[in-house]
Amino acid sequence: MAESKNKVVLTKPIFDNNPIALQVLGVCSALAVTSKLETSVVMSISVIVVLAFSNAAVSLIRKHIPGSIRIIVQMTIISSLVILVDQFLKAYSYEISKQLSVFVGLIITNCIVMGRAEAFAMKNPPLVSFFDGIGNGLGYSFILLAVGFVRELFGSGKLWGCEVLTLVKDGGWYVPNGLLLLPPSAFFLIGLLIWALRTWKPDQVEHGG
Amino acid sequence: MARDSVGHTLAVATILCVVCSVLVASAAVGLRSRQEANKKQDQMKNVLIAAGLFDANENTADEVNSIFKDRIERVLIDLETGELAAADVVDPETYDQREAARKTELSAAVQPADGLGGIKRREKYAFVYEVRDDSGQVEQVVLPIYGKGLWSTLYGFLAVDSDGKTVRGITFYQHGETPGLGGEIENPNWKSLWVDKQLLDQSGEVAIEVIKGAVVENSAKAPNQIDGLSGATITASGVSQLVRYWVGFDAFGPFLEKLRQSGQGGSDG
Repeated sequence: MAESKNKVVLTKPIFDNNPIALQVLGVCSALAVTSKLETSVVMSISVIVVLAFSNAAVSLIRKHIPGSIRIIVQMTIISSLVILVDQFLKAYSYEISKQLSVFVGLIITNCIVMGRAEAFAMKNPPLVSFFDGIGNGLGYSFILLAVGFVRELFGSGKLWGCEVLTLVKDGGWYVPNGLLLLPPSAFFLIGLLIWALRTWKPDQVEHGG
Repeated sequence: MARDSVGHTLAVATILCVVCSVLVASAAVGLRSRQEANKKQDQMKNVLIAAGLFDANENTADEVNSIFKDRIERVLIDLETGELAAADVVDPETYDQREAARKTELSAAVQPADGLGGIKRREKYAFVYEVRDDSGQVEQVVLPIYGKGLWSTLYGFLAVDSDGKTVRGITFYQHGETPGLGGEIENPNWKSLWVDKQLLDQSGEVAIEVIKGAVVENSAKAPNQIDGLSGATITASGVSQLVRYWVGFDAFGPFLEKLRQSGQGGSDG
């Protein structure tokens, strides 16, 4: 029973209850860091780590958190974790941390993290909260990677920095789509993804107001 | 004690703060040496990028050290005279340029006072990175530059040809401008607009500037002008001001003047 619940919270957020596609949370960073696959991956990993551990930590002390300061307690835990991640990136992956610039710090304000802490970790035991964090992180990552893949491939003709489509300026045939390198293009891609997902799973379609 | 009592609330808040601050502080202290090393490496890389010796698409990070060692010589310059700094006043090995700007005895007031935006004092001694060709001749010099953008201080390098007046490249390695707007000062396409621009106009005055909009080709001022960045007017004018200051009379002017004179005596003759 316990094991199946872990599995459910781990896999459900990927397609059935995706934080970006269904809950439409955390879109800001999804626009900003997805111009390349590499930054998308690092951002995804960072968010998974922060989500999993903040969920576990909040859940661990959920019975001691006074209701009056629970939001700020969650916030403190989340920000500490984000700073830790940021420090590690600066020490071990300096180039990427420069490219991600403020967006690692902005994980603090990523609604997914806070949303899961408040909605799930406050009511559930640590282990299952930990898996819920990973699951939601994976849901976020799924969108990020899909968008990053399309944007890098068609925006600069590369994947993971390696040339896939030879650009015209290098004597090839592919004219890159400059729009895809700009953040607004992620809006279109995320919109298309949501459309595709809701066509596949019609029960996600919202009705009425 | 009840969960929502004042005492319990204070206790939880205190314990949480202590635990979190210990975690954050120990990570910051424990990782500092690695981060510093990364920063230094990044600065070296940016010297090479400004000088056009490093291309992120062709070179790997491991090559930075070897290219730097082969081609670059770092010298410490007394900004007032443009001569090498006397070894008995400052030791280049231990000299910290950023720290120096904050120390009274190692800094001087910026002239004119509004020459560098909000920055009122600058260091007296600055590093110059001389880029040498295969025969050991100085072919260009890379100057450290900084100044205010919109939100932050921009730090970068400006590479100037050994003639003392032609820009060979520019780069910014540290800033806090808005990504996509002011952050575009990092855009390689924009940076490439600087190459071959002239610092001085016909009369020998500092004339280089970032203008609003695009440069009109064939205009008399075109050799001194760089296209502005749309959506980043203040950042761009900050860049304009800081470049003009650092190549001007109060900063690297005397040093560049020496380069110009030695150039005329030599290759032109």
